[in-house]
Amino acid sequence: MSTNGVDKKRRRFLVNLTAGVGAVGSGFAVAPFVMSMTPSERAKAAGAPVEVDISKLEPGQLLTVKWRGKPVWLLNRTPVMMDSLKGLADILEDPESTDAEQPTYAKGIARAIKPELLVVVGLCTHLGCSPDKKLEAGAGAGLGADWPGGFFCPCHGSKFDLSGRVYKNVPAPRNLPVPPYSFKSDTEIVLGIDQKEGVA
Amino acid sequence: MQSLLEWVDARFPLLKVWNEHLAEYYAPKNFNFWYYFGSLAILMLVLQIFSGIFLTIHYKPDVGLAFASVEYIMRDVPWGWFIRYLHSTGASAFFIVIYLHMFRALLYGSHRGPRELVWIMGMVIFVALMAESFMGYLLPWGNMSYWGAQVIINLFDAIPVIGPGLSEWIRGDFVISDATLNRFFAFHVAAVPLVLVILVFMHIVALHRVGSNNPDGIEIKENKGADGIPLDGIPFHPYYTVKDIVAVVVFLIVLSSVLFFAPELGGWFLEHDNFTPANVLQTPPEIVPLWYFTPYYSILRACTPDYMIYLSIFVGIVGAMTLFSARNIMVKAVAVVTPLILIVGFYTLEAKFWGVVAMGVSIMVFFALPWLDRSTVKSIRYRGWMYKTALGIFVVTFLVLGYLGTQPPEGLYKALAQIGTLIYFAFFAFMPWYSQIDKTKPVPERVT
Repeated sequence: MSTNGVDKKRRRFLVNLTAGVGAVGSGFAVAPFVMSMTPSERAKAAGAPVEVDISKLEPGQLLTVKWRGKPVWLLNRTPVMMDSLKGLADILEDPESTDAEQPTYAKGIARAIKPELLVVVGLCTHLGCSPDKKLEAGAGAGLGADWPGGFFCPCHGSKFDLSGRVYKNVPAPRNLPVPPYSFKSDTEIVLGIDQKEGVA
Repeated sequence: MQSLLEWVDARFPLLKVWNEHLAEYYAPKNFNFWYYFGSLAILMLVLQIFSGIFLTIHYKPDVGLAFASVEYIMRDVPWGWFIRYLHSTGASAFFIVIYLHMFRALLYGSHRGPRELVWIMGMVIFVALMAESFMGYLLPWGNMSYWGAQVIINLFDAIPVIGPGLSEWIRGDFVISDATLNRFFAFHVAAVPLVLVILVFMHIVALHRVGSNNPDGIEIKENKGADGIPLDGIPFHPYYTVKDIVAVVVFLIVLSSVLFFAPELGGWFLEHDNFTPANVLQTPPEIVPLWYFTPYYSILRACTPDYMIYLSIFVGIVGAMTLFSARNIMVKAVAVVTPLILIVGFYTLEAKFWGVVAMGVSIMVFFALPWLDRSTVKSIRYRGWMYKTALGIFVVTFLVLGYLGTQPPEGLYKALAQIGTLIYFAFFAFMPWYSQIDKTKPVPERVT
């Protein structure tokens, strides 16, 4: 094997071994730079839970709060609005909210812990535009006389009902996401902290 | 002077570089109009870097200050408006030049062997340029900057499993924020320009290794004189340096006309919505990227659930044709399995994801061009009607898709974009067949 005192097999092994160790080392060296681009501690802190006082939220009113830099809508739905949610199953993509767009405590047609209080992230699931609020039912919203009230995304025409459920055959694929939230008291909710099961 | 040159040349290969790339680089003597755009692209790169450096002198990459600092440049900095408009108009001019430069390759087969690597490096430059302009557009922190970036970064969200984490990593936050603006600034002014300059250098080195193509698609190196110089070649300097200066003058007249009289070009070069500051809670009525991205944006939006049936038929046809034409058993297997996997995917994963894939493929497919083209001739001068027709339809489709990308995707516009998307992909997918069976004319020995 050896020629001129050079063991080529051994040399090749050592070269490969050195290159291999070097490659692993380079990988470790790259890691800090890659990690430095993930959300910083400050960004995470800014993503901390937000407490919202809902005592002044009248029926039919919608409140927009910022949570993790996203608009979150809190809508106190009137009984008429609650009624509008029924009977839409045929025109909705996922009427029972079976996709994982909400915590388990906010399933069903109301998609809320307390049925009348809707809490959703106000960003279209298509490409993240913020839909217009077209809460009034009827032709006044400009979406036809049979519009039951809901949200309409002006970017690409996606429609959502008053539970944030998406219509069929619009660009948005999924219902508006429900953020994790919980009731601290009857009049105060916390965005970002999950409701414990069985409490409400 | 002479002795100074000798002193330098003993320590640095000045004369060698000068000769190899300019004075003794022999380019075909029959370059026409389309051959200006390589030099013009270099000119644009230099102008963009130069004007960009002067913008960073006054610009502040901070969500609280960015918008106001751009307005400050526009109103208060002496000649600031000129530098800013040179940069923003220059971006569009750069893309016009690059698109014409690429079209030249499609005309005369400049991407064909032995220039595949020149083409691939050029494509990498094109992709880097797209990233550069996308990140640059966030910096003024206008409302279209913000929501445009929101839409584009959300594209990565559609990738299964790694998507959400990846888009978070790109943003450096859960939403587009100061962290995003700051890193886009870093990439836009330092990282990507550096990469671009290196890539352009490699693009030229590779080109000078294989030699320039020409409108006849003939290899001039195959006809050398007794002195070893191609008979149809002339030194790049002074012949083409001087010729290109004329082109530069004409080009600068056009660029200046836009710059001084219509710097926003009615919203095509700078969108109206970008003159209001970014508003996290208010989306512009219609999110539209700048014109050079709109063809791909059209393709992205064309993919809706009801479009999947047409995509399935399309990949089915391409697969079947490959199956019958291929001789290699492995290729045959791939031709059967790939369409099946895709069709299953079309109906199991979201249409939104396939929109992102289609958009990615519509850009990446250019990389494969040297191998998709099976014609025996390079130049369109000696090709038959099939390639000419296909290229003509492709160019029209590209422009129509570009226009549709600026319009709401509804009704007729949506249908047209969906048809256009199929035509766009058909140009590439069927090229191995139509370029091969196309009747070609005999290619002359020497350039005409």
